[in-house]
This record gives sequence, C-alpha cells and structure tokens, in this order.
Amino acid sequence: MNLQIDDKGAAVLLAVLEERLDAHNSGDLKNQMLKLFEEGKSNLVVDLQAVRFVDSSGLGALVSGFKNASSRNGNLKLAGLQLQVKSMFELTRLHRVFEIYTDANEALASFQQ
Amino acid sequence: MITDRIAVDIKVPNQTRYLRLIGHIGENIARTLRNYGGDRDKLAYDLNLVLTEAMANAIQHANEGDPAKEVHIEISIVDQRLVIRVFDFGEGFDVKQYVHPRHPLEEHGRGLYLMHTIMDEITYQPTDSGHVLELVKNL
Repeated sequence: MNLQIDDKGAAVLLAVLEERLDAHNSGDLKNQMLKLFEEGKSNLVVDLQAVRFVDSSGLGALVSGFKNASSRNGNLKLAGLQLQVKSMFELTRLHRVFEIYTDANEALASFQQ
Repeated sequence: MITDRIAVDIKVPNQTRYLRLIGHIGENIARTLRNYGGDRDKLAYDLNLVLTEAMANAIQHANEGDPAKEVHIEISIVDQRLVIRVFDFGEGFDVKQYVHPRHPLEEHGRGLYLMHTIMDEITYQPTDSGHVLELVKNL
C-alpha cells in the first residue's frame, strides 16, 4: 500500500495514497498503525483525500486504529473524506465515532489545542 | 423505450487483488446504462461496493482463502432488473446472522449489512458445488 507517514509532533499524519481502501490493502494500513502504536504513538490523523472508494474492511481497519488509539488515551481523527466516502461513514453510523475534518491541517491543529 | 440487456460472466482467482477489477466493472455498468433516472455517481459507487463486498465475502468466508480456487460472478440486467450472482465453492456461511447493523465499534461484519442496504433482495442458496449469493436491484 502507498502510504505517506509524517510525524508532526502532536500527532502522526498517515496519508493513504490509494484510490481504493478495500479488503486487498486495508490489512497494510492496520499493520502500519499497529507499528506506530508499538512505537509509542497514540495520536493519528488519517488523510483519505486521495481515496475515492472504501469498503467494509477499510472501515474495519480504521475502527481498529481508533480503538487502539483510544486504549492508549490517544485519538485517531480523519481528514479529507470525499463525498461518497463520507456517505459510507454515515450509512454505518461511524461518523458519530470519528472526529472528521475537512483537511489534514485542520485535524492536526485540533491535536495542538 | 429501449432498455438495456446486459450479461457479464466473469471468473477470477480467489484473490483480493482482483477486487478492483470486479468493482470497476460494476462502476462502468452504472455509467453505461441507457435508462437510469437516479443518481448515477451513487449507483456507480454502490455497484462497485456490492461487487467488492460480495467477492471479498466469497474469498474470505466461503472459499476459505484458498488462492487456487475461483470466484465466479454473473451480472445481468433485463427489464431494469439488475441481478448479481456470486458463486463460491466452499462450505458457506449464515447470511441472516450478518444483515443487521453492527455496533459501530465492531471491526468485522459490515459487508452484508451494506449489501442488504443497497440491494432490494438478497439470498444465499446451496448449489451442486458450493453456494450462490444472489443480489437483486430494481433500477
């Protein structure tokens, strides 16, 4: 999976640079997040700006990351959701679980407050 | 009125790398339909999603992840009725258990709920060599 990772201090920014987040590559995202948690990181921003399609396993990977972050007193926030990707979060009521920001900078700023 | 008559028959290896191919076929069908009064972008996403979920389901739950097996998918449209059939060659699973919404913090089990939400009918029946998941949408 094409993933760009930048430690921004207050949080780590993960930009998913794939058109699809599905059962083929969601395991990679999950593993990468686990690696960050094992390194002691607990605040993540996942930037989905490039992603135009998410399936149930993609949602599952993000939920897994969210639960891991929460259990470490951190948070996983989302940024840059395309319209139809956002609809997926609404359909599954996950928009009530995640903090969703328009773009990555806004999400990162929310960790600095 | 001229209506679409489309039949697509695909066999791909039982591997997730083919999900994109199958999903894109669904998207392209939505964009090609002659008579569709609804939101075409939404239909394209929905067909991509339903085909992706149905195939991922067959790979993970019915064909037991065996990469040597095959997934067989039929898509047909006749008289504004879209039928997707996904054949697997495994032991199968209990559809009814998964069609209800999951707790938001569950990591698994959303696929069938999503398919159920998008499509009008969903059945899962045994065949001579496995099972067939049939999904119907009236366009």
